[in-house]
Amino acid sequence: MAQKLVIIGNGMAPGRMLEELFDRAPGLYEVTIFNAEPRVNYDRIMLSPVLSGEKTYEDIVIHNDEWYAYHGVTLHKGAKVSHIDRATKTVTAENGISATYDKLVIATGSHPIIIPVPGHGLPEVLPYRDLDDVSKMLEITRGKGHAVVIGGGLLGLEAAYGLKQRGMTVTVLHLMPTIMERQLDPAAAYLLEKALADRGIEIITQANTKRILGTEHVEAVELEDGRVIAADMVVMAVGIRPSSALAKEAGIAVNRGIVVDDGMQTSDASVFALGECAEHRGICYGLVAPLYESARVLAERLSGGAAEYHGSQVNTKLKVTGVNLFSAGDFAEGPDREEVVLRDATRGVYKRVILKDNRVIGAVLYGETTDGAWYFDMLKRGTDVSELRHTLIYGQAYQGGAVADPKAAVAALPDDAEICGCNGVCKGKIVSTIKDRGLTTLDEVRAHTKASASCGTCTGLVEQLMSLTLGDAYNPKAVTPVCGCTDLGHDEVRRLIRAKELKSIPAVMQELEWKTSCGCAKCRPALNYYLVSDWPGEYEDDYQSRFINERVHANIQKDGTYSVVPRMWGGVTSAAELRAIADVVDKFNIPTVKCTGGQRIDMLGVKKEDLPAVWADLGKAGFVSGQAYAKGLRTVKTCVGSDWCRFGTQDSTGLGIRLEKFMWGSWTPAKLKLAVSGCPRNCAEATCKDIGVICVDSGFEIHFAGAAGLDIKGTEVLGMVKTEDEAVEYIAALTQMYREQGRYLERIYKWAKRVGLDEIREQIMNDADKRHAYYERFVESQKYAQVDPWSERVSGKDKHEFNPMAVLDSQQAAE
Amino acid sequence: MSQEFVAIGHIDDIPVRGARCVRTAHGKIAVFRTATDEVFAIDDHCPHKGGPLSDGIVHGNAVTCPLHNWVFSLESGEAQGADEGRVRTFAIRNVDGALSISLASLTEAAE
Ligand code: SRM
Ligand SMILES: Cc1cc2nc3c(=O)[nH]c(=O)nc-3n(C[C@H](O)[C@H](O)[C@H](O)COP(=O)(O)OP(=O)(O)OC[C@H]3O[C@@H](n4cnc5c(N)ncnc54)[C@H](O)[C@@H]3O)c2cc1C
Ligand code: SF4
Ligand code: FES
Repeated sequence: MAQKLVIIGNGMAPGRMLEELFDRAPGLYEVTIFNAEPRVNYDRIMLSPVLSGEKTYEDIVIHNDEWYAYHGVTLHKGAKVSHIDRATKTVTAENGISATYDKLVIATGSHPIIIPVPGHGLPEVLPYRDLDDVSKMLEITRGKGHAVVIGGGLLGLEAAYGLKQRGMTVTVLHLMPTIMERQLDPAAAYLLEKALADRGIEIITQANTKRILGTEHVEAVELEDGRVIAADMVVMAVGIRPSSALAKEAGIAVNRGIVVDDGMQTSDASVFALGECAEHRGICYGLVAPLYESARVLAERLSGGAAEYHGSQVNTKLKVTGVNLFSAGDFAEGPDREEVVLRDATRGVYKRVILKDNRVIGAVLYGETTDGAWYFDMLKRGTDVSELRHTLIYGQAYQGGAVADPKAAVAALPDDAEICGCNGVCKGKIVSTIKDRGLTTLDEVRAHTKASASCGTCTGLVEQLMSLTLGDAYNPKAVTPVCGCTDLGHDEVRRLIRAKELKSIPAVMQELEWKTSCGCAKCRPALNYYLVSDWPGEYEDDYQSRFINERVHANIQKDGTYSVVPRMWGGVTSAAELRAIADVVDKFNIPTVKCTGGQRIDMLGVKKEDLPAVWADLGKAGFVSGQAYAKGLRTVKTCVGSDWCRFGTQDSTGLGIRLEKFMWGSWTPAKLKLAVSGCPRNCAEATCKDIGVICVDSGFEIHFAGAAGLDIKGTEVLGMVKTEDEAVEYIAALTQMYREQGRYLERIYKWAKRVGLDEIREQIMNDADKRHAYYERFVESQKYAQVDPWSERVSGKDKHEFNPMAVLDSQQAAE
Repeated sequence: MSQEFVAIGHIDDIPVRGARCVRTAHGKIAVFRTATDEVFAIDDHCPHKGGPLSDGIVHGNAVTCPLHNWVFSLESGEAQGADEGRVRTFAIRNVDGALSISLASLTEAAE
């Protein structure tokens, strides 16, 4: 029978350990995890990009629920363990859940230190440790106000940057004379301070907080020297303490952290400690790289091996967009040390390498950090650098007379050189995995080797390795840019529009560094759609960024005339409607009248100038635009259904009309066509539509992702629902999901293929909360979308579109 | 022939990054206003298959034809990129927003 492994804490360290363990010994343990946080394992070091809006929580999840299910792991979310009983080998959580173990791993991480100054209990005083902290910050922020961050270390500065990005003004208070003094020398600290000041972050050093002012809410921070700084929020990022109390109460040996030996074992042979809560050879680590190394050792141990952990050297990078900073080892000055310094003020580059006995013992790089890995490698190996001494500071590319080609530098690295610090992945492993598994994209390399999968600062190196290994087969820009005006792909652009709350085309182009002054005919319509879709009611549609059809609400024809297609709800019409159409056709001499493939009538060959008058007449008969031109809802085809047909099971005509009336006017990434058939004979051809419904006795089978144009493809089944109301809700939710994720001009079947049918089914059929949320957002956006464009234009909107600005008679022209 | 200018209206009659057309006895002329309020006048007739260029999307100093996406420089009238062809351009004046064009090239061609 499988042994019972219980883990307290579900952070990054045990997450990695389990991956290694399941690799080595699947099924050896039955695993139970208790996690105080109410969620799965996520990449804590990426909280800063979430705070700044560059990533979302979904982006940083490491293991999703399926992963736990797949490995048979029981994960108790939101269950904080309050007691370990070593005699009965039982752990118990505050909420009463308990579990017995054969082996126990304590991985409780650290908790942030809160300085107990008066006012520290106010609700807007926050630590910076987990997703809840970030959510609270974002709740308070709302794009305005002033934040004071206490602590100018790595975390404090990342928090400051994130809050600034979210639109707050930010002041950082730091006790020491220079920021990040544990990682940076004063020169680099100065450069960093300047760079942050340029980003609008104020930094006050030698600032000793006396108290936080405010009665119910934070109002200001008072310093010992009497200065008072107004504040709506205070973030304390002054340090962390290993969470070892639980172990201590259980009588396990604890120093600062939980004391472990080289096998990660505590003073109790069946209890191990891992991660920031552990103390190994007197050191408690606070970065993931060493934790991952020890996680591997523990996995080895738990699967019967005898690996040993011998401690790690660490290096630091700051994750503030646009700031390149690297620091490793010991960089204090001393009589027995030499230093080599390079400064390039114009480029803002500063490099300092500290040597002792001809060996690198520390390095601080600012502005240009590509050689960080190289110095760090020599530091760890204790390489004798006397030979390189005079070119050392210029970096690896300059060694051995080689040209300054970054690829050459990477090519020159030995196979066991570490590329990804976070995950301890060396060059040889990456190269051989690329070759063995035939990997061609960065995402695949991340998935298979973990390289560049954590903090991402080594991505450049990994990409260079890929292009070295694959040659031309590797296209680093595997994302296709939206168009020549940008390097960003559609998804990136959409994400950034939301994250940075960009609400106009000029704002998008400015913030995302468009390469042209006002875009092109490819990107502008795409951006216009994304903005319409993301900011309903707020964004003002930019007609000049729409294709002519969507600008004049008719379809341009080969001779420059237009076609007019009114809505015929669900394909049903009446004598009065037909009569009105006939009258319009006569009155305006419309040359062709045709039934479309979408169950309605098309009037072709209308002169542009006549359009408003044609619409005015059609409007009087109750017609609205059929939007036969729109990247939006087009038609809902129906069959006669239970009203007439001897096989009809439900009112397919009624449902089709209801859907069309509910969904008309909505803009979508590409056109959207629906159909409802009353029975599986499927006379409305619902199974080749973007979204289709097949009615059956027991309800409604919802289909999606069909195609019958350039490609032909039968639909996929989304799922069955019982009532018409449900059908409407599910279809609207699906449409909204597509609206939010689809790339411009990407039909629903292509989108579905890209994101995965299961993912869509999961979110729409199984996750009621998500479905409701999508549905609500659809309803909200319809409030602004359901305006008949024809009647708007009949009443004078965009008059300029339909008339020449001047008519010059032959007299004038001939003069 | 002299460069005589005929008034056609005001710059505000044209949307920014947009166009209007002017009808003449010799065909339509498309008048453009760019994002930076520069104005241009060219033939409203694409040399490819006659698309109305005044219905195209205006970007920078160029327009994309609504029918098959050829792109023309508003300054030179030349097709951009791989496509070959050109449209006539007309001299245009902007005096405090009052626009006038010279039809010299139009009438010349028509003669
Ligand atoms: C009028 C109509 C043909 C007809 O006389 O029946 C028609 C006409 C055009 N279709 Fe269509 N399609 C018409 C039904 C269809 C259908 C059948 C259907 O809707 O059940 C399809 C196959 C299903 C589908 O949507 O894929 C269809 C697949 C296409 C495609 C291929 C789309 C694709 O992604 O595969 C295009 C090209 C495009 O959109 O890029 C297209 C494009 C066009 C355009 C807009 C071409 C253009 O860019 O100018 C035509 C406009 C003519 C006009 O001014 O009305 N039309 N077109 C039909 C109008 C339906 C309506 O009432 O709104
Ligand atoms: C904002 C931020 C940025 C960072 N940036 C970097 C970086 O760039 N590079 C880097 O290397 N490191 C960085 N770190 C540090 C890195 O995140 C940590 O070193 C790492 O997450 C520690 O992993 P862990 O598993 O030991 O603990 P954690 O990831 O902290 O996980 C511990 C978990 O245990 C839970 N827990 C605690 N007590 C109990 C209990 N009694 N019962 C049940 N559950 C409990 C906690 O809720 C928590 O979820 C950063 C940290 C933060 C907060
Ligand atoms: S199939 Fe559609 S796009 Fe092609 S000619 Fe017919 S109407 Fe036009
Ligand atoms: S008619 Fe202008 S591109 Fe074809």
